[in-house]
Amino acid sequence: MILWCIFAVMTAAAVLAVLWPLGRRRQRFGGGSDVAVYKDQLQEIDRDRAGGLIGDAEAEAARLEVSRRLLAAAEAHRPPDSSVATQRSLRLRRIAAVFALIILPFGAPALYVALGSPNIAGEPVFARVNTSQGSESVASLVGQVEAHLARNPNDATGWELIAPVYMRLGRFDDAVLARKKALALKGETATRQADLGEAEVAAANGVVTAEAKAVFERATALDPHEAKARYFLGLAAEQDGKTDAAVSIWRTLLAEAPPNAPWVGFVRVALARVSGTSAAPGPNANDVADAAKMSNDQRNDMIRGMVANLASRLHDNGADVEGWLRLVRAYAVLGERDKAKNAAADARRALADHPEQIKRIDDLVEGLGIKG
Amino acid sequence: MIAELGHYALMLALGLSLIQSVMPIVGTRNNDAVLMSMAVPTALAQFAFVAISFLALATCYVTSDFSVLNVYENSNSAMPLLYRLTSVWGNHEGSMMLWVSILTLFGALVAVFGVNLPIKLKANALAVQAWIAAAFELFILATSNPFLRIANAPFEGRDLNPVLQDPGLAFHPPFLYLGYVGFSIVFSLAIAALLEGRIDAAWARFARPWVLGAWMCLTLGIAGGSYWAYYELGWGGFWFWDPVENASLMPWLAGTALLHSAVVMEKRGALKVWTILLAIVAFSLSLIGTFLVRSGVLTSVHAFANDPTRGIFILAILVCFIGGALALYAWRAPLLKQGGLFAPISREGALVFNNLFLTSACATVFVGTLYPLALEALTGDKISVGPPFFNLTFGPLFLPLLVAMPFGPLLGWKRGDLLAAAQRLLAAAVLAALAIAGGFALQHGGPVLAPFGVGLAIFIMAGALVDLAERTMFLRIPPAAMMRRAIGLPRSAWGAAFAHFGIGVTLMGIVAVTAWGSERIAALKPGGTIDIAHFRLTFDGTFVRPGPNYSDLVGRFTVFRAGGELLGAMEPSRRTFPARNMATTEAALMTRRLNQVYLSLGDPNPDGSVPVRLYFKPLVLMIWLGAVIMFIGGALSLSDRRLRIGAPRPAKAAALQVPAE
Repeated sequence: MILWCIFAVMTAAAVLAVLWPLGRRRQRFGGGSDVAVYKDQLQEIDRDRAGGLIGDAEAEAARLEVSRRLLAAAEAHRPPDSSVATQRSLRLRRIAAVFALIILPFGAPALYVALGSPNIAGEPVFARVNTSQGSESVASLVGQVEAHLARNPNDATGWELIAPVYMRLGRFDDAVLARKKALALKGETATRQADLGEAEVAAANGVVTAEAKAVFERATALDPHEAKARYFLGLAAEQDGKTDAAVSIWRTLLAEAPPNAPWVGFVRVALARVSGTSAAPGPNANDVADAAKMSNDQRNDMIRGMVANLASRLHDNGADVEGWLRLVRAYAVLGERDKAKNAAADARRALADHPEQIKRIDDLVEGLGIKG
Repeated sequence: MIAELGHYALMLALGLSLIQSVMPIVGTRNNDAVLMSMAVPTALAQFAFVAISFLALATCYVTSDFSVLNVYENSNSAMPLLYRLTSVWGNHEGSMMLWVSILTLFGALVAVFGVNLPIKLKANALAVQAWIAAAFELFILATSNPFLRIANAPFEGRDLNPVLQDPGLAFHPPFLYLGYVGFSIVFSLAIAALLEGRIDAAWARFARPWVLGAWMCLTLGIAGGSYWAYYELGWGGFWFWDPVENASLMPWLAGTALLHSAVVMEKRGALKVWTILLAIVAFSLSLIGTFLVRSGVLTSVHAFANDPTRGIFILAILVCFIGGALALYAWRAPLLKQGGLFAPISREGALVFNNLFLTSACATVFVGTLYPLALEALTGDKISVGPPFFNLTFGPLFLPLLVAMPFGPLLGWKRGDLLAAAQRLLAAAVLAALAIAGGFALQHGGPVLAPFGVGLAIFIMAGALVDLAERTMFLRIPPAAMMRRAIGLPRSAWGAAFAHFGIGVTLMGIVAVTAWGSERIAALKPGGTIDIAHFRLTFDGTFVRPGPNYSDLVGRFTVFRAGGELLGAMEPSRRTFPARNMATTEAALMTRRLNQVYLSLGDPNPDGSVPVRLYFKPLVLMIWLGAVIMFIGGALSLSDRRLRIGAPRPAKAAALQVPAE
């Protein structure tokens, strides 16, 4: 509410700025003129003459020139009307006022309703610090847990605790590691597998890699009702271009969903994106759709940037087999088969001393079906 | 909430700019002073709202409000305050906000300080300025909105591109933009004059302060960018003929030409058509620069194709403004009356010479920058036009310009005496000859042309001093009279001398660095030493130093003079930023008078040795010192009293004026 009140005040100020000159009855219209400039130039010629910068004859000629300009300017100088307002200019002024009264109080809010997000509160970091949840305390907490885990690397609960924090902090590679540790130490469950897959997808900037897909498949094998894994399997199908498969996975997921499951809206939006129909109405369906669109627009950019970085890094230092695997997979996901093949060939060259690593590359190439 | 206020303020600014772009022109068409006078309050209000919007965005950055998508993507709460602030313009959306803020700032400046402008010219110019502002405000809201929000704010942002986390970047873009956008006012004044159909000598006087201001800022902006690239990118060079650099050089060349041709137009009423064209071209080149840098065309034609909306939007703005302006020019220019005649050997002649060469140089840069892009777009072939092209084309065009430069100010208006000017420059020529001889005597093994370069630089600097000495009748009249003359000299004369002197200083630096700089590359183990010029560096070892949002792998070096005298320590580093998983090179610089020793580290080798690049850069600081001197020259010229002529004074103050003034 306060927000809209401030908007109203701002709008009023803007309207005032437009109407103010229209409202003044009598006013002085300042403004310089050419005449003053030419008068000064005449004096300047004298100064130049005294300083020896211009010859006598030339000075005389220049003075004539400037005088001619001065006369022309004085003749052309016609002060604008202000006192006598003709019928026509009164009408124009009225049009200007109406124009201002339409464009500012209606146009700007209309635009704002279309583009703004009045319901999202600001979340500056210092405000979070005040509520003792600030990033600084998060950072120190994370540091404590990390130190603890460095000393006790087999503390499964610790790994499980820190993984979601890593996810929220955007440290996805660390999240993948933590999830893997928890999985290895605490044993396999469908939920843990699905969480690991989710972290891997985040680490790959939203791309469901072959590795992540295998993890999700493992999760659904353990528990066919694991919703997160099924959602991502649908996403994998979508990214592979198998839209129909994605639609059918998500449709079944929705059909079997418990009535109050928090992820239902999310799946609906995804479904709507794929099948082209509008999302089911919901309190924040719009927001979610916006977010989805945003990340879609940027995903390609992000991936390409990431891939370029990776490629240049591997070019400098080719001993990183994980890096090569990721690069080949990324090209495959982007649909650039030739580049994927070239990258695989480069990898084989760079890893020539490590046959077991070359085998992993070959396996991947086979798995992606880009061989030959 | 602050972000939303900024968002809405930008929309109000768009509304105001639409009103401002129509009403004043309707006023001038109908000779209605009330409608014309609407330009001033709307320009001020528009600036106020854009400023609110920009400050709101800056607040979001400083307070690390990651509910704003743009902040999340380009900032990080661990960054020091300075970089949280500068990351506002370290990204596409924010830098467009800065662009528009400066654009409207100039509109407001004209509204407030343009009191000497004839009212019709002022109203039209502010309207044209509003067209540009409206186009860019629309661009921001439609394709580059920095106020988009995220519903669930992440805890931490993704960090600013590490290369940009540097004090140099704090000041370089604002100055560059002040320069780029400063030419918008000159453009608006030119279009306004064409709309009105009246262009005369006084126009040049009215436009001059704005040209000067823009030129000064652009000079500093380019120099700042060059210095930033020099020490942050770790290449050790000061100019790379990189398209982004060229994009800023082109408006500078056109602006410098405009600065000179406007003098002729003002004094003699000649070159009107040409000056107006240069005014249009200077800003068009600024727009093209923005397009090149901001559309992604530069990284690759493909990057442009990946995100075409922005690029096409800017391209549309470009086509409308440049095409529209040139069309208006083609229609109106033939109606202009030509001014006075002059002999080829005269001040005017010298300025025409200057313009010919500056614009040709500008054209070569234009071709060298855009030809590879056009070729890639048309045929897909990638070629790169590098320093060899520019050295072969730009150099020979600039050389005659530099040689002729000292002569110009010594020639009289209308008809000059070249012989007399040459005689007065005799002292400068003698100094230059001595410098050339000295250069050959001292140089062992450097390029043959280097001493001539130094001679030319000395000639230019001495020439600027000779100009001042001539005007103050140095040593020919008693010192007291000389002082009086010096004080009485127009500030613009001082400004010109300073600016020309600055060119000489920069040239000196460039010649010295390219001819006599030396470079060593080596892999050093702790305890190893490396020699360069008359310095010896000992590598003491590496250590890790944590920073707020990065960690430094520092190499510590002790520097000795060849004789053994200890000079100090240098600590170059490799800086790793975990948030982006990127590393930057932080070179270490040791300044000895105007020379610098430049040291940068590579990634450590597995055997414990560290690759280092070591440069000795003689007189390198003169390159940027020259730019600062040029800036001061511009400021002196800007303070010339003539630029304030034409402002109506209150009657009382006018009565108090001393008659002799």
